[in-house]
Amino acid sequence: MMYDFLVDLTGSPILSGIVMSLLPLFTFILPFALFAVYLERKVSAHMQDRLGPMRTGWHGWKQTIADILKLIQKEDIVAKDNDKLLFNLAPIIVFAGSYAAFAAIPFASIFIGTEIDLGMFYIVAVTGLVVAGILMAGWASNNKYSLLGSMRSVAQIVSYEIPTMLVMLSVVMLSGTMSLHTLSEMQTGNILNWYILGGPGLSLSKFILIPFMFIGFLIIYISTLAEVNRTPFDIPEAESELVSGYHTEYSGMKFAMFFLSEYANMFAVSAIVVALFLGGYQSPIGYFGNLIGAEWLVPFEQFGWFTVKGVFFVFVQMWLRWTLPRLRVDQLMTVSWKYLIPIAFVNLLIIGLISIL
Amino acid sequence: MSNNSKLNTKNSAIRTEEMVLNMGPQHPSTHGVLRLELVLEGEIVVKVIPHIGYLHRCFEKHCEAMTYPQIVPYTDRMDYLASMGNEFGYAIAMEKMLGIQVPERVEYIRVIMAELQRIASHLVALGTYGADIGAFTPFLFCFRDRETILHLFEITCGARLLYNYIWVGGLSHDIHPDFIRKTKDFIKEFRPNLKEVDNLLSHNRIFIDRTANVGILPIETAINYGVSGPNLRGSGFKWDIRKDDPYSVYHKFDYEIPVGKGTYGTVGDSWDRYYVRILEMEESLKIIEQAIDQIPEGDVTSAIPKRIKPNAGQVYARVENPRGELGYFIISDGSTSPYRVKVRAPSFVSMQVLNELCKGYMVADVVTILGSIDIVLGEIDR
Repeated sequence: MMYDFLVDLTGSPILSGIVMSLLPLFTFILPFALFAVYLERKVSAHMQDRLGPMRTGWHGWKQTIADILKLIQKEDIVAKDNDKLLFNLAPIIVFAGSYAAFAAIPFASIFIGTEIDLGMFYIVAVTGLVVAGILMAGWASNNKYSLLGSMRSVAQIVSYEIPTMLVMLSVVMLSGTMSLHTLSEMQTGNILNWYILGGPGLSLSKFILIPFMFIGFLIIYISTLAEVNRTPFDIPEAESELVSGYHTEYSGMKFAMFFLSEYANMFAVSAIVVALFLGGYQSPIGYFGNLIGAEWLVPFEQFGWFTVKGVFFVFVQMWLRWTLPRLRVDQLMTVSWKYLIPIAFVNLLIIGLISIL
Repeated sequence: MSNNSKLNTKNSAIRTEEMVLNMGPQHPSTHGVLRLELVLEGEIVVKVIPHIGYLHRCFEKHCEAMTYPQIVPYTDRMDYLASMGNEFGYAIAMEKMLGIQVPERVEYIRVIMAELQRIASHLVALGTYGADIGAFTPFLFCFRDRETILHLFEITCGARLLYNYIWVGGLSHDIHPDFIRKTKDFIKEFRPNLKEVDNLLSHNRIFIDRTANVGILPIETAINYGVSGPNLRGSGFKWDIRKDDPYSVYHKFDYEIPVGKGTYGTVGDSWDRYYVRILEMEESLKIIEQAIDQIPEGDVTSAIPKRIKPNAGQVYARVENPRGELGYFIISDGSTSPYRVKVRAPSFVSMQVLNELCKGYMVADVVTILGSIDIVLGEIDR
């Protein structure tokens, strides 16, 4: 893979490791966050009969760059009664949690940070780190709104991890692997091999599976919305109640870290949904590179497909955000514990039974 | 929701403390500079104590130092989302005191302005209500249409918010030649836009879950507190000063008084109060349409008195403002300035029920309830 290639090139495993770990940040997360903030602005503007940013560059494309520069220049405010250590550590942990998830996401057959067999398990585990960071931020801010926001956020993320994992489990059961890379490889060929359409092969049980896979897909998509605190589940940051929730007291670059990790997370969860159900980086119609005999083109096409699919789901997240109101905390818990978890569980059992057939 | 209010922490072995949370005066959802002191048990509200006065400008005391016509622009600054209504009420009170009969054309223009203002004010109420619940898009849809109304006001008197247009005995000047045509255009384009907002927000499942059965205001409580306007009608009580104590030319028009029916929950919940406003906008459109068709010719400044010096005495007059009954109580001692001006502000009265409404609900519901009673701080503090 890429790591081995780099080791061959440089002859130093440490240097290659550093390059590999920084690669997603500079090639993907930062540009994506810049693009996503711009996209969010434009999408919301056009949904609301406005134009959005228009003055900075062509259709305002430089706007996010200007914003980032503004945030970097801002004074870093730490209030007197804040818990300094936790306050400074929290944005780093939150960002580390969402960044680490990118290590196991397969962008293309050769572009994957580390090919661990327990990819899915790893992602669920490291994104759990975000919870600790949020709780630290809320506590260290010494602000009641931040504390309420962070407590809500933690309760929400923990509750919604259960339906997410139950759905993941059903895919693991069918495929027999926890590696996202292997999973993506299994869904190769054409669109019929994607897990949302019952997975690879052409047996009878595959067609019985289709409706249940759709249910699983919907559940995991709803749960991931809650996990990244997007509308209708954006209660931790409910502007109208809690001002901005756990990051109310943050300013400047630390605020930018939260912001960056939010957008990185948006893509990360979309990527997981895509890898599980929508063929990962696989093309639905075959590769152009294979057609003309230029096989070096295939990974680039795969990267393109993966990005397109991921960005589409990010767009859907934005679409929902600018359409729906938000739920109340207790209603949010009701949705998870009374509806999503039982449905996901029954769905898991049914998929298990069908796969035995 | 009801089982939440029954949470009992007294019998548990763990000592729990009530938390006091200050909401405002700098908070995005208090609709201005209102400070709410929330006593919480976890996230359940035990008590709400509103602290007002951050926007106090001594309107009533100030009036005593000014002549009667000078007061008109100051009334604008009370309920700044319904300035036309404020001026209308003051003009009616003074005309009652002076015994002035204003020309028909003036009455019609005043009614058109007041109803346009009602729509504009309700649009702000609905838009910000959506934003309070978390739906930001209806807010901009509402403001788009409000912008058209503000443009109509702008071509009429040059101002967008604080008009100084309705004077004692008449109007500052006649309407613009384009006004009638532009108002007709507005009505034509506003009806589908209203439907759009209605579809986007009113019947959305999440919106209903957030607002239905939240902040129920029974009729008895509403009457005991003196609540008026859409909040009272949301509780199912048909009371509208335009119908029940008609002023100006309102008796000439055909329109309905919508009341809350408890469509998705209990009568008098937040959803009912919200929906009454949507229905009222439609009725206001009907009034405007009829008034535009019947508007007579005439001179709008002919009845304006050169110098106002009423005999000693007192007068009370009230109008149906977008937020409820707006009353002016004016005492004259025979000089050119009033001896005392007292304003009955509908928002001030509506806000008093907040504690009753919020008890036992969650912090998020305080925002919902506060938005549904639609207060304007300029009017509460005066």
